[in-house]
Amino acid sequence: MKKFINNIDDILIESLNGFATAHTDLVSLHLAPNFLTRKNKAQNKVAIISGGGSGHEPLHAGYIGYGMLDAACPGHVFTSPTPDQMLAAAETVHAGKGILFIVKNYAGDVMNFEMAAEMLPFESATVLTSDDCAVVNSTYTSGRRGVAGTVIVEKCVGSLAETGATLQACKALGDKVNNRTASIGVALTSCTVPAAGRPTFDISDTELEMGVGIHGEPGRRRETMREADEIVSDCVDAILTDFKLRNIEPAENKAALLLINGFGATPLMELYLIYNTAAKLFNQHGIQISRSLVGNYTTALDMAGVSVTLCLLDDEIKQHWDSPVHTAALRVGM
Amino acid sequence: MKTDFIINAAKAVQQTIITNEHTLESLDREIGDGDHYINMKRGTTAIAGMHIELASLPPAEALNKIGLKLLSTIGGASGPLLASFFMAMAKMLKENGDESNLKFAEAFAAGVQAIIQRGKADIGEKTMLDVLIPVADQFVLLTTQNCDVKLVCASLMHTAEQGMLATKSLIATKGRAAGLGERAIGHIDPGAKSCQLMIEAVCNLILKE
Repeated sequence: MKKFINNIDDILIESLNGFATAHTDLVSLHLAPNFLTRKNKAQNKVAIISGGGSGHEPLHAGYIGYGMLDAACPGHVFTSPTPDQMLAAAETVHAGKGILFIVKNYAGDVMNFEMAAEMLPFESATVLTSDDCAVVNSTYTSGRRGVAGTVIVEKCVGSLAETGATLQACKALGDKVNNRTASIGVALTSCTVPAAGRPTFDISDTELEMGVGIHGEPGRRRETMREADEIVSDCVDAILTDFKLRNIEPAENKAALLLINGFGATPLMELYLIYNTAAKLFNQHGIQISRSLVGNYTTALDMAGVSVTLCLLDDEIKQHWDSPVHTAALRVGM
Repeated sequence: MKTDFIINAAKAVQQTIITNEHTLESLDREIGDGDHYINMKRGTTAIAGMHIELASLPPAEALNKIGLKLLSTIGGASGPLLASFFMAMAKMLKENGDESNLKFAEAFAAGVQAIIQRGKADIGEKTMLDVLIPVADQFVLLTTQNCDVKLVCASLMHTAEQGMLATKSLIATKGRAAGLGERAIGHIDPGAKSCQLMIEAVCNLILKE
């Protein structure tokens, strides 16, 4: 393993300190328990708190700021944060209208946020994101995983919350966006959890993992490496099949947001190549890609790979996607 | 059960986790995300370091403190699950008394029940419950029959090992490995392994005393 590390036990704190210093105009860092909040506390709105294991940067702290999150709770690498972090974050950002947790659907995250919600002295609701359509057979699963689509949920819900909407309305929009979003990931290499020091899984130069999760969890199947268009075509098919199976229809104008997300070690050049193919293929299926996002938005440490996310827009989702946002990782219209 | 024993057990549990670093890490790399050992080491080390603050507490309160500490140190799914175990066990000991092995067994079973509820899982799903449920059943049964404590320990270690080995042939329907479908077959569940190791360590401690 070759990584930029001083002391393995300090990487999270040093990284958080760096983030907070680099974005000192946007966020404040609180330690022991660890959480980050907006620099200037928002008033009279639902407070949106997300969190999860570290290693997915810029998720979630990179999305703190006007139009998106009020606070984020980073866990250790690929490990859920703990309830004391959520409770302390909630105390700090609560602005009289309740707390909305946005949680990726992993057993650890779900249970830790659930225990936090039980201990919380405020009204709260939770949006569970589950956009990963890689895991097809529901009898074998504890549910679909939350992956890059979480960014779209956080953006839209964050926008709605700025209008002073109720906790129920924010939850309803979050659930709707999640429902209208599907993702699938492909890994070309493993990732290496710094404290483990070794790749999480073995994969040869001639293989790819179709349906990989954002922690390097195995996906649908191991395949032989092929040309990009064929791989992207399988991703597009998986997403369209998923919407069909779940009976989710595009709106009348067939508009959609296409997010091509890098896992950390795939160059933007390749991400745009993938966008090029994916947009064409979705168009051939009658989907109009009217909004796009290409880059590293939900990473898996140093994994080489990509996820394709499609969100079927309607007027409400489009409005909240387009609204102003000012965070470290996403800045539009302000 | 005395608080002194709980403190010694915490040290024994930390020791067995550290001794088995390689096993736990490789099991989790096969069907999980590779962080199980790190998380268990962090949690058990925090518990082992609590001896001074636990020493003066009655067993139930000591176990509750252990639960809260695990909740804030482990993270992942193991944190809330193990925390729920100790907090429920503490509650049962407080209500039911802690003066006999049977009461301890009943508290252990209450702890396992709390894991079932928190994790919404049951036996046969390739999780720690494949070890804990049979062990809890056997523990209550043998202590109800007033079985010799050495025999109880030997039996529980055997039951734990059987449960752990049984996860090898299961498809995971809960936890991180759930996405794997049939690809999880042939791999022992890391959570089941760490539970088996911890039960073994505590039983060995009792046998030594």
